[in-house]
Amino acid sequence: MVEFTLPANSKVGKGQTYGAGPGATRVRRFRVYRYDPDSGENPRLDTFDLDLDRCGPMVLDALIKIKDEVDTTLAFRRSCREGVCGSCAFNIDGTNTLACIKPIADIKGDVRIYPLPHLPVVKDLVADLSLSYAQYASVKPWMQADTPPPTHERLQSPEERAKLDGLWECILCFCCQTSCPSYWWNPERYLGPAVLLQAHRWIVDSRDEATGQRLDELDDSFKLYRCHTIMNCTNACPKGLNPGKAIGEIKSALARRR
Amino acid sequence: MKSGNRPLSPFLMYRPQLTSVLSITHRLTGLALAAGTLLFTHWLTSAAYGPEAFARAQALIGSVFGRLLLFGWTLALFYHLCNGIRHLAWDAGWGFELPRLKATGWVVIVVSITLTFLSWAAGYAVRGGA
Repeated sequence: MVEFTLPANSKVGKGQTYGAGPGATRVRRFRVYRYDPDSGENPRLDTFDLDLDRCGPMVLDALIKIKDEVDTTLAFRRSCREGVCGSCAFNIDGTNTLACIKPIADIKGDVRIYPLPHLPVVKDLVADLSLSYAQYASVKPWMQADTPPPTHERLQSPEERAKLDGLWECILCFCCQTSCPSYWWNPERYLGPAVLLQAHRWIVDSRDEATGQRLDELDDSFKLYRCHTIMNCTNACPKGLNPGKAIGEIKSALARRR
Repeated sequence: MKSGNRPLSPFLMYRPQLTSVLSITHRLTGLALAAGTLLFTHWLTSAAYGPEAFARAQALIGSVFGRLLLFGWTLALFYHLCNGIRHLAWDAGWGFELPRLKATGWVVIVVSITLTFLSWAAGYAVRGGA
């Protein structure tokens, strides 16, 4: 259902402020969403002033600096620090992106960092993605074929292989998924842009033989058709992919089949 | 660690995007058109009802407030029409790329405002004066 407020236990309160310390030359203010599940208190927004002359250029560098030097209890996911793992996806400066490839210099004013939107929060910036992962599993993201395996690889022409470009690069960071108002309001029933892009990746794979079943599964007023072509997904994707277009192509494939 | 009472992460602080603002406007103009159609129907049926009823309806629609409503209705009509064509293009598989998405979005805004003013100018020109 459409919601315009947060539940009472989710309202964000005022947090603590941590100064940049003496001798700071180029201070930038970071406002970070905090939630401590052990405290029983509501989430809060903490303020950290950091000296950019002693900090790396990316938003992730700032988070690591906070955790190293200011507040070691800050919890967030990160791994590769170069935009290939999809762990450090947050809502930064109002839009979803990867902290490791988002330059601090690109942001005007305070740097606001929240967890990915409209998800249960485990701790601080760590959101619970279980539902999206389960939805991903539901589209059977693996190759299905009834024909016996050949003695060599299942071959594709360069043209067939090219159809996977723009799809296989998805790192499942869920920036698009959680930028979609339709997904905010129907998360249990609408599969969301990330999962539908993945579904499309298997629908167009020339080696897969379950195309018909895959389309059958998606032909549902909620699973697929809650997409209203809002296109926040494509706007958000930090890898420059186009989930909105992938969903459009699934809809076309279903229309052509009728 | 407790897991039953997890807070919901904020979502309404999501920065308004050209994409999402145009989308919600499409919905809102759709609602406005439905409401405006009622007003329009009232005007038509009152014409069938008799001269006095029609004069009352005409006075309502012809008043400053009525004209403001009609102006909003015209804008909603042209916006919904133009953005509807944008939706048709997407259904035909065209216009999903980010630069096109933004360009067609701005075209819809400019064209719907232009058509609104043109049709009001034409209306006053035909009717002759305010």
